[in-house]
Amino acid sequence: MLENYIPIFIVFTFAMVFALLTVFSSEIIGPKRPSKEKLSPYESGMKPIGTAEERVSIKYYLVAMLFIIFDLEVIFIYPWAVKFKELYHGSAVTPAIGLPVFVSMLIFLVVFELGFLYAYKKGAFRWD
Amino acid sequence: MDSTAINNFNSDLAVSLSAFWSYFPIVFLAGVILISIAIEMYSKSSKKILPWFTVTALLACAYYSLLTVTDTGVYFSGMFATGGLTNIFNFIFTFGGAIVVLLSVDYIKKSGIYYGEFYILLQSAVLGMMMIAGAKDMIMIFIGLEQMSITFYVMAGLNRKRASSNEAALKYFLLGAFATGFIVYGIGLMYGTAGTLNIDFVFSNIFAAEKNLPGIIGILLFLVGFSFKIGAVPFHMWVPDVYQGAPTSSTALMATGGKVAAFTALILAFRPVLGTETLAVITPVLAVFALLSMFYGSIVAIAQTDIKRMLAYSSIANAGYMLIGLAAGNDYGIEGVVYYLAAYSFMNLGAFGIVALIESADEKNLLISDYNGLGTKYPVLAALLSLFMFALSGIPPFAGFFGKYYIFIAAIESNLTWLAIAGVIASVISVYFYLRIVVLMYFGKGESQVTPEITNASLIGIVISALLVIVMGVFPGSVINLISNF
Amino acid sequence: MELAEILFLAFASIAVVTAIFTVISRSPVISALFLVINFGALSGLYLLLSAQFLSVVQVIVYAGAIMVLFLFVLMLLRPEKEDKYFVVNRKMKIFAVIVGLFLFGQLAFAIFASDIGQTVSIESSRSEQIGKIAYIGENLYTTYLFPFEAIAFVLLVATIGAIVISKKKLD
Repeated sequence: MLENYIPIFIVFTFAMVFALLTVFSSEIIGPKRPSKEKLSPYESGMKPIGTAEERVSIKYYLVAMLFIIFDLEVIFIYPWAVKFKELYHGSAVTPAIGLPVFVSMLIFLVVFELGFLYAYKKGAFRWD
Repeated sequence: MDSTAINNFNSDLAVSLSAFWSYFPIVFLAGVILISIAIEMYSKSSKKILPWFTVTALLACAYYSLLTVTDTGVYFSGMFATGGLTNIFNFIFTFGGAIVVLLSVDYIKKSGIYYGEFYILLQSAVLGMMMIAGAKDMIMIFIGLEQMSITFYVMAGLNRKRASSNEAALKYFLLGAFATGFIVYGIGLMYGTAGTLNIDFVFSNIFAAEKNLPGIIGILLFLVGFSFKIGAVPFHMWVPDVYQGAPTSSTALMATGGKVAAFTALILAFRPVLGTETLAVITPVLAVFALLSMFYGSIVAIAQTDIKRMLAYSSIANAGYMLIGLAAGNDYGIEGVVYYLAAYSFMNLGAFGIVALIESADEKNLLISDYNGLGTKYPVLAALLSLFMFALSGIPPFAGFFGKYYIFIAAIESNLTWLAIAGVIASVISVYFYLRIVVLMYFGKGESQVTPEITNASLIGIVISALLVIVMGVFPGSVINLISNF
Repeated sequence: MELAEILFLAFASIAVVTAIFTVISRSPVISALFLVINFGALSGLYLLLSAQFLSVVQVIVYAGAIMVLFLFVLMLLRPEKEDKYFVVNRKMKIFAVIVGLFLFGQLAFAIFASDIGQTVSIESSRSEQIGKIAYIGENLYTTYLFPFEAIAFVLLVATIGAIVISKKKLD
């Protein structure tokens, strides 16, 4: 069973090696002639004030929070999508369930998307 | 799944769908939430419509729950039950929720949380409580608990500009999420041992299993998590801070509905194994929690100067009394706890309602000393508050007395006389801090400094709670009869 | 060595190393990034236990959404003073070590010394079944239909709650 995943592992490994190579190759291959000015942080030619790490706005938090919730929605749709055809039509060994399979997901999505609509109406996606 | 499982599901679904009117209240409330969100989105005057819409819907649910109380059944593949205790709990939740709406109509305006979302959150919390009350599977208990808790975390921090409210929300959220973690871990271990999560079988399966140590650890973790949710010592640390920091009308719902719902879960879970030897593992734990909660709550409440904190410690003590009923582990105990839960809800709703009325816009007038001389300036308010204080301290003929009475009798029945005696002693201690307010109101020196704006909606809510406390106290027998039928 | 063993060793060593780096990194943001790699390795371990669904959830929800939230919260709070937390509170460090050792001992006992593991007996064929996405699908939308619909309301109230708590202008 594990053998089925070998292509996926290969893709992952390839992606990771490629990403690391692109990021670090310039640092490894490229010429380095550091000086004090080059190493100091760039702030429009002025002397740097404070740290570069500023606090981000609370707005990001709201985006991340909504992202989690909608991500969870995907998690609930995923098994449904995998199994829908078999449950709806039935298979060689199991009888069909039919419409309830469809309607249950419809109710779930309607309830859920009302939350989405609410977020939209309240301007949760507006960057003001 | 094989073909028989699918066929069973198909027939069960047909039965469940045709029994729609049995579980109508929970579907109705779910629909009301969706409609309320639509109103909040599209209507400019949602803040004026939503309270009355919510009150009507919740009262309809309460009425319908009582109407169909004999309509018992289990639906949706053994996930959800109706009728009997479920409906009685649903009545407490929905009626209590309606009273909270009445109390908060004007409160949220003056305390700067004038959002229509308050009512949507309130409905969601009540929906979560109803899920717990109908649960026939540990999964449903967990989902209902999450629905309720998430709502409470938000309601505690609704007053976003006030540091105390934020602090309450953060404390409640962090500790509450931790407690939920305990509960889920416990449920997981139970499932591993019992092989099922159906409430009717899970505990008996665990005790029947040969090597059941993980299952018993699971039960204890479950108990620890719920001890947190009901605010029993030693898991009470959050209660005073959260009750004090949260907006008073949110606190009213948390202290009543929230606590009742957590007790509901415990009652539902332990009910199938009542009277069996299997409960012997849990009884000592419950008894110790009860003893600690009663004395800790009663004694520390004496030292409080803030009335919301005092009521918080009083609620810890009350959790202790109710745990006695569970520790007794017989039918009398359960009846007593259900009766006391109802009585406790309405007593506390009234008390918090008056606190919310007296509280001023900038969160002042919350000290016990602010109630000085209230008796001459606002005789009606003072009389009502005295009634709730008498009822809470367990003085007959109010509901609080009979609640404690039934619970102590149940404890004596199952040879826990020492616990009953401890309960009586703790009640006597608690009389001091309840009656101190009454004495202060009527015999305190000096003029009353508070100038509350007494609004009709709040007054109606408080008077209804008072009437229920009196009625339940005068006719305790008929209420107990109703409960003992199931 | 079989393929499964090699993969297990690879994933487990990645998980352990990144967990250690998560704890000892000075900057909380770097800790969080190591945690992402840790979650990836855990996802691989789930796959080896034939829990495909958990593995997918681990990547999509934990390594994806929850880590984004972690990073945003860390960048929002900028916990600078916490760098010196253990320097100021020496006792807490000892306490943390004791708690960690206790948990480790408990786990080691449960796995090696006690017979707790034997109490749960599931045939390997079934344990291979129940991790599959298809198996979860057919149970979630039949037996657990009612809890599934209830979850929609939990997520709905979470959406509303997040907006109510953090939207700047709410009217």
